[in-house]
Amino acid sequence: MNNPSPTAPLNFLNHKTGLWSWLSSTDHKRIGLLYLYAITTFFLSAAVLGLLMKIEKVAPGETIMTAQTYNAMFTLHGIIMIFIVVIPGLAAVFGNIMLPIMIGAKDVAFPKLNLFSFYVYITGACLGLYSQFAHGHSPDTGWTFYVPYSAEASSNVVIALTAAFTLGFASILTGLNFIVTIHRMRAPGMTWFRMPLFPWSLYATAWIQLLATPVVGITLLMVIAERTLHIGFFDPALGGDPVLYQHLFWIYSHPAVYVMILPAMGVVTEIFPTFSQKPVFGYLPIVFSSLAIALVGYFVWGHHMFTSGMSYESRWFFSFLTFLVAIPSAIKVFNWLSTMYGGSVDLQPPLLYAISFIFLFTIGGFTGLTLGSVATDIQVHNTDFVVAHFHYIIFGGMGFGFFAGMHYWYPKIYGRMYNIRWANIGWGILFTGFNLLYFPMFIMGIQGMPRRYFDYDPKFQLGQTISTIGAIILFTGLITMISNLIYHVRRGAIAPANPWHGVTLEWQIPSPPPHENFDEIPVITRDPYVFDNPYTK
Amino acid sequence: MKNHDSHITSYALNLKVLLVLLILTMTSILVIKFHLGAYTVALALILASIKTTIVLTYFMHLKFENLILRLMVGGVFLLFAIIIVITFIDYYFR
Amino acid sequence: MSTTEHSEHSEYIDSETGKMGMWLFLFTELFLFGGLFIVYAVMRSKYGEEFHHAALELNAFIGATNTVVLLVSSMTVAMSLTAIQKNQPKLAMILIFCTLLLAGVFMMNKYFEYGHKFALHLYPGSDVMRNLPHGEIMFFGLYFLMTGLHLFHVVVGGILLTIILLKVWSGKINQEHFLLHENGALYWHLVDLIWIFLFPLLYLIT
Repeated sequence: MNNPSPTAPLNFLNHKTGLWSWLSSTDHKRIGLLYLYAITTFFLSAAVLGLLMKIEKVAPGETIMTAQTYNAMFTLHGIIMIFIVVIPGLAAVFGNIMLPIMIGAKDVAFPKLNLFSFYVYITGACLGLYSQFAHGHSPDTGWTFYVPYSAEASSNVVIALTAAFTLGFASILTGLNFIVTIHRMRAPGMTWFRMPLFPWSLYATAWIQLLATPVVGITLLMVIAERTLHIGFFDPALGGDPVLYQHLFWIYSHPAVYVMILPAMGVVTEIFPTFSQKPVFGYLPIVFSSLAIALVGYFVWGHHMFTSGMSYESRWFFSFLTFLVAIPSAIKVFNWLSTMYGGSVDLQPPLLYAISFIFLFTIGGFTGLTLGSVATDIQVHNTDFVVAHFHYIIFGGMGFGFFAGMHYWYPKIYGRMYNIRWANIGWGILFTGFNLLYFPMFIMGIQGMPRRYFDYDPKFQLGQTISTIGAIILFTGLITMISNLIYHVRRGAIAPANPWHGVTLEWQIPSPPPHENFDEIPVITRDPYVFDNPYTK
Repeated sequence: MKNHDSHITSYALNLKVLLVLLILTMTSILVIKFHLGAYTVALALILASIKTTIVLTYFMHLKFENLILRLMVGGVFLLFAIIIVITFIDYYFR
Repeated sequence: MSTTEHSEHSEYIDSETGKMGMWLFLFTELFLFGGLFIVYAVMRSKYGEEFHHAALELNAFIGATNTVVLLVSSMTVAMSLTAIQKNQPKLAMILIFCTLLLAGVFMMNKYFEYGHKFALHLYPGSDVMRNLPHGEIMFFGLYFLMTGLHLFHVVVGGILLTIILLKVWSGKINQEHFLLHENGALYWHLVDLIWIFLFPLLYLIT
């Protein structure tokens, strides 16, 4: 697919050629790239939907689409972004490409299963698209499929539910593969606490994928049974309980937030030491905060349901646990900042993205506490405040973490370097557009602008227009960034094996990595972030 | 894919385990004849848990597996128990 | 995916790795049923009396028979693994065959049980069911979904064991290489485990 230069040694990109050699490859790096291309495509199409929704809101009243179209659009935007882009996102792309290399293995534990889960993913993604264009209405339930509406709506909800179920299955298989890989495939001498922190974050993530996803699987099956067999679990007319659906849905979907954010935290944890040329500050606290986030993250699902009629006791209980999650998150932020402190900081594009990750994630985190406290949540529940909050976490956190990883590992993956200047410009546009787009939504949310409405009171005109302008700038930034990356895959300057002077294992092998990563499995004798004394001979 | 050092469970042990499981099943059927009210559920669940533990330990060879796997199995059951309890913080007080 | 690439990779899958993968998969199965157990717990706490009444409709004798059938089949599959480890493939094949027979008996019992319910028009969505008290609708809904999903696992387990039987017959599973056999047995035990909970929760609450 890509041939760095005629004389270049064989690597995973060119050791076999032809489309079929890619589609049937069990090489973790090639599967990771397949995911990358699929996810980028879906991300851009869902981003266009987001842009269209924002353009609809440039002025009050109907501008470019009807209310029904708007409902279908935010549903599709949500389904694609959550289930197809951000949940698999970092784990499937950089987890696949980098995890085996970073722990000194030749591949994941079950390479064929890895390829299989990619095709399960593609099947699910195609089903998701099919639900939009199949006979009948596009689903308009929102990505959360709340009953009773999802049990009664006449649109293609069953197909969309099947799509989400299938995508969940792909996620489970990836998680399973990673846990076994980390347990069984670490290079000799790489003890648990000599493992770099990105694999650690993937380990915590994989457990959530493994143990939470089946719950949403069975829940979605129950909604399908509700629609096709009228089984009635969530239908009060038959004795069911709609709030029970919300419990079951969020038992998965809240931990899923950590499936998105934990790997992003892992990525920036790799970036800070490299660009400060300094060992990571507080290795153990970062490890344990990842595990703590994964564990406590299981038990906070109820904070999505404060206004649903839950008991008073469970509201304060969930609120309390939600506040607990802030502690390990804050430990991480403290450690990242301390890693940079006193280091020789080199402000390259990956670090720019990583620093803006901290900024955006912190805003998202603090507003999360506003939502985690029962009293304030009741004020802003189901307003644009919530939308702004989770975009700061998911896009500002996971998205910027992904871009940081992309700019960090790009020279390793392709053996070429993108244009640094354009990468910086792209970052600037993206960051500006992001804040212009989402920050006004916090203010409008507090003033009472409800989410998921295609129209609004004229008093929100100013904020909505700024937000729309922000959306256009953000989209321009995305195009700038992505075209810079795509353009230089073939035309960029040849990158050295270790352009950023990193010390983890992936920087000790040639770029792009050879087909089986290591000629000889390395023997690890030291901690992962020792800068004066890299592993290399 | 070579298996080595695997523990071999004897035929006799398998048979003994089955007998114990059958006795426990009989017990849980007989227990409902006595009307113990609210305790019936608790007793049925305790008996089912004992049976589960036996199946896990002997039929599924957990006794002869490494510690990490045993910890994982324990952790998974514990996690599920906690999720049920937390769900009931809502339903019990409603 | 050339054959050389296969052999390059497969040398890494040792039995410990394969078994750990299987166990992790079993965890996901537990949580799949776990979702239904949560629904059961909530509904039972809400409709205790009606659950008791509805459970009278179920035939505890068939339920108990099926419990015994599954427990015995669990033992035969465990013994077949012992047989393979002791290099007695013929015995192993007989024992797997017994397991499959017992799975057949289980399915037959279920067929009669479901058939009886359908004859009474007791199935989700029927008019008879719709007019029952709320708690009973929930009970039968759970009964069909839980046992139905379990039955699906019995079928999958049966297919898996058939494949294992053929591989023992062809010698691909032998004293040295029996990872698939071990994992198939684990899966079958899980099917048994879930029934161990389903039986008292559905049949023994009268």
